[in-house]
Amino acid sequence: MEIIETIINGFSLGGTYAMIALGYTMVYGIAKMLNFAHGDIIMVGGYTLYVTLAGMGNPIMGLILAVLVCTLLGVTVEKVAYKPLRGASPLAVLITAIGVSYLLQSLAQIIFTSAPRMVYVGGQDGLGYVTIGDLKIQTHIIITLVCSVVIMVVLSLFVKYTKTGRAMIAVSEDKGAAQLMGINVNMIITITFAIGSALAAFAGFFMLMKSPSLTNTLGAMPGIKAFTAAVIGGIGSIPGAMLGGLFIGMIETVAQVVPGMGAYTIAIEFLVLIIVLLVRPTGILGKKRREKV
Amino acid sequence: MKTRKNVKPTHYINYVVITVAAIVLGILSLVGALPASYQIILENIAIAITLAVSLSMVVGFLGELSLGHAGFMCVGAYLGGKVVYVLSPSIGEIPALLLGFVVGGILAAICGIIIGLPALRLRGDYLAIVTLAFGEIVWSLFMNSSEESFGGALGMPTVRIDKDYLFIIALVVVLICLAVTQNLIRSKHGRAITSIRDNEIAAKATGINVTKYKLAVFAISAFFAGVAGVLLASSNYTVQSQKFNYNYSIEILVMVVLGGMGNINGSIIAAALITFLDIKLQTVLTGELAVMQDLVYALILIVIVIYNNAPGLKAFREKYNFKNLLAKVIKDKNDPSHARDDEAKWDRVPTKIQMDEVLSVDVQVKSPYTPDKAEKGDN
Repeated sequence: MEIIETIINGFSLGGTYAMIALGYTMVYGIAKMLNFAHGDIIMVGGYTLYVTLAGMGNPIMGLILAVLVCTLLGVTVEKVAYKPLRGASPLAVLITAIGVSYLLQSLAQIIFTSAPRMVYVGGQDGLGYVTIGDLKIQTHIIITLVCSVVIMVVLSLFVKYTKTGRAMIAVSEDKGAAQLMGINVNMIITITFAIGSALAAFAGFFMLMKSPSLTNTLGAMPGIKAFTAAVIGGIGSIPGAMLGGLFIGMIETVAQVVPGMGAYTIAIEFLVLIIVLLVRPTGILGKKRREKV
Repeated sequence: MKTRKNVKPTHYINYVVITVAAIVLGILSLVGALPASYQIILENIAIAITLAVSLSMVVGFLGELSLGHAGFMCVGAYLGGKVVYVLSPSIGEIPALLLGFVVGGILAAICGIIIGLPALRLRGDYLAIVTLAFGEIVWSLFMNSSEESFGGALGMPTVRIDKDYLFIIALVVVLICLAVTQNLIRSKHGRAITSIRDNEIAAKATGINVTKYKLAVFAISAFFAGVAGVLLASSNYTVQSQKFNYNYSIEILVMVVLGGMGNINGSIIAAALITFLDIKLQTVLTGELAVMQDLVYALILIVIVIYNNAPGLKAFREKYNFKNLLAKVIKDKNDPSHARDDEAKWDRVPTKIQMDEVLSVDVQVKSPYTPDKAEKGDN
């Protein structure tokens, strides 16, 4: 029974990571940049949730507002910081993203101080348990699992079957050709940032359901882990990000259950990343890139 | 005998400045006229310069992005610091410190080679994430070490070398690091390294051993990061593994970037200035105010990078840049010999990180009939 519970926990945590990894991977696929500030968008979502819970006490309303605020923030950051650098060296864009990340973290600290805020999504007692036969699973794990599966399915369908989604694929394949086909590339990039940031808000909600403590570095470590997940899956590939997210979530959950391994979780995760990249330099589902002379 | 044409006095000015600073401040310190707070600032500045110059070798000249420089430093700080701690009671502080430099540096260099190996197979962003992963692995391993070996979460005790002369040793380390880096970069090997940055395939085609150079650069850069780690360990009573997380690597990267990629003197100035401001502001901004400093840094970083790199600002930049304004004041025309030979230009092909085809399309599709809104507004 414990094994099944661990597997379900792993899938649930993997779902959270997949949400964040999708943001990284979609932005990378379309804008060809590593959005280092993505993790901090999660944190902003967390604080939005905190403020709404304090004001209205309704977690669903909080989630909706968090999604709105994050989407708006993601789009604004893209317009202000990344758009002027389009066509510049990727390293310049990366450093700007790092700057944005620090900016968001320090702004949050100025507004909310560095003391952790407690965000009880399901009230002080948590959300309780669900028992199925012999299985006793925490409710938040079920919610995370169901929500992330639904979001991933919707996102896959959106990319595959809508005009905007297909335009996104076109832009990630070949920006110039997409532009010549009448696709508004700038618009698509904005939409991508919006979707990625909205997913980050969901991830923040899931994370705070799991542990209520909220600081301005909430998104930093999960951001890096999700980024690893995106790279393991093959950055730029949407199914890859989901796979990578589940993979990292599973490794982390298993490592924490196995005695003596818990402390080495970070080391194990990054070691797996290095091994995967050495065997397959572009990740599990990544496309091989031929260098042209 | 053939005369060397490329040697200019500006190439040596950094040695002169640092040597003079080391001698003058050293005499002041031994006389007792230098306050302890300044000695500590100097130690930190020397550590920061060593780190920035060594990272600049990988990022500015080899063109690979490394986000794990603090990892190499961590190896040096722990292993070299341990050597100093164990040996200094028996052989004295200074010999132990020198031995610590060698051990810490060499072990870090070995790690550099291990990380350089994936660099042969991976490029750009993927390599960046591997170096980041390395840095995180290193500090988390030391974090979880047993208390007897490396102190675990409490940190490892180290020997605090006397403030009065540690900064002089640190400045000598900076000089050695500068000498190695600059002579390497200005040699035939240095040109090979920059040619790998500019175009790896072309470099290979001209018979440059890319494998050898990449590994060598990673090893040398890691060596000096390790030495800087030993210095850091010796300027404190303990080393804490959390210090070496990826934020620290990024801080070093910021120094390199603000100084101008591939511009060694720029990195030195940026490292010195940032460290100085950091320490000075720490006393002014205490408690919750300390974060104002991060906010200002973040803003400066964003503004400088956008100003220096935005394609839309190019015309503005060329009209009003500092170098041109200075040239107007000092000379009537911009002397082409003033162009630095070792400066990486970001608007040329700068790094392997460039996802070449895809990004360059955005630049090329600029006919007057393309509705590219990014062009308007700026400028």
